[in-house]
Amino acid sequence: MGNYQWNWHVIFEEVAGTNEHYYQWLLSGLGWTVAVALSAWVIALILGSLIGTARTAPNKWLAGLATAYVELFRNIPLIVQLFLWFFVLPEMLPQAAGDWMKQSMPLPEFFTAMVGLGLFTSARVAEQVRTGIMALPRGQKNAGLAMGFTLPQVYRHVLLPMAFRIVIPPLTSEFMNVFKNSAVALAIGLTELTFQMRQITGEYAPSNPIEVMTIVSVIYLILAFSVNRLMALIERRVRVPGYISGGK
Amino acid sequence: MMQLDWSAIPRSADFLWQGFTYSLTLTGFAMTVGILFGTILAMARLSSNALLSNLAAGYVNLFRSIPLVLVIFWFYILVPLITGYDVGAERSAYVTFAIFEAAYYCEIMRAGIQSISRGQIGAGQALGFTYLQNMRYVILPQAFRNVVPLLLTQTIVLFQDTSLVYVVGATDLLGAADKIAHRDNALVVMYTAVAVIYFVISFTLSRAVKRLHARIAVIR
Repeated sequence: MGNYQWNWHVIFEEVAGTNEHYYQWLLSGLGWTVAVALSAWVIALILGSLIGTARTAPNKWLAGLATAYVELFRNIPLIVQLFLWFFVLPEMLPQAAGDWMKQSMPLPEFFTAMVGLGLFTSARVAEQVRTGIMALPRGQKNAGLAMGFTLPQVYRHVLLPMAFRIVIPPLTSEFMNVFKNSAVALAIGLTELTFQMRQITGEYAPSNPIEVMTIVSVIYLILAFSVNRLMALIERRVRVPGYISGGK
Repeated sequence: MMQLDWSAIPRSADFLWQGFTYSLTLTGFAMTVGILFGTILAMARLSSNALLSNLAAGYVNLFRSIPLVLVIFWFYILVPLITGYDVGAERSAYVTFAIFEAAYYCEIMRAGIQSISRGQIGAGQALGFTYLQNMRYVILPQAFRNVVPLLLTQTIVLFQDTSLVYVVGATDLLGAADKIAHRDNALVVMYTAVAVIYFVISFTLSRAVKRLHARIAVIR
């Protein structure tokens, strides 16, 4: 460690042979990280809510299917899931569709990472949503039914609005996880933040890995902190007075 | 749809087994060191010494906020720089996972310790136990017992996460399968096999943890 040449200005240096600077690589990486994390989060929230709700449905067949979905996506590592979507799926599809995925699909790494990360996270969101619904007193559902609501109406107007408020804290950590897990997408070649970090510290090396890695780690810390604050704000906004952690 | 040649798996069974053994060893090592270190961290977090508890909280929050892939790169580069030896991807991963997982195990152990009623601590003190004796004989055995299912669930997550050592080229189960996949041009077969192996193991273990949880809950 003694003869390590410190140089904190490394990211402002110009990439040899171009008129780009290394910090521009990091910014572009940050852009992809945020894009893939946010779009995957939208997929995860929508699908996860549907599947989490389905797991509590009285229909055994529907609930069983939803359970199978959650188990499938929870018990295979994310990196393996991304490889399945990226390398295996095109081979399993009919020739024409497979060829389209391999040759003419726009932004293949981005869309694969978005869908793969979205589905992976949706299983986790589903578990949280289910827990939230199960945490409500049984009387809530019966009260809704007694009012003459149909079951879908009970979910829409009685159960889900309360369940979502209960699960905001665990959803906060899932939202933070989406940003962290997006780094796995470098394995299928998405040029996100960690990919760019490796690029700068790798072959093109100005060879100051510690400085670059510190900067990238700080960016992830800022992202995690921002998500945390945003969710805390939402939690305060939607809380029900006199209920759960409702305060006043 | 293409014709699949599954014979690539038996042909490379030895190499795959070697990768799988590494995944298991890494999981076992990180679990053992992670729980030990995590317990110490949890005690530090709950300590009345503000400096100690802030340091431990900082450690935990730091590792819980950055991606594991990034931490793997960190230690892949730092371990050789600090020790002066070219230890390689496989061995640097032992350090990575032990240090990283400790942060997660710490939070579980902290919840376990906090689930013990205050009276237990008072009772231990009344018997003349020192802090460490109190922890060793009264608090930790009960805390540990309460969170065994959570610790095991975290270990299943850890087992799946070890597949990320792929990014520094280590030969774990995924790394081994990937090398053969590229050598024999058998991507579909190899990745599918890896997915099935991970699924069967993780699913079976998580079922077992669920049963254990139910049994412990009844006794308590």
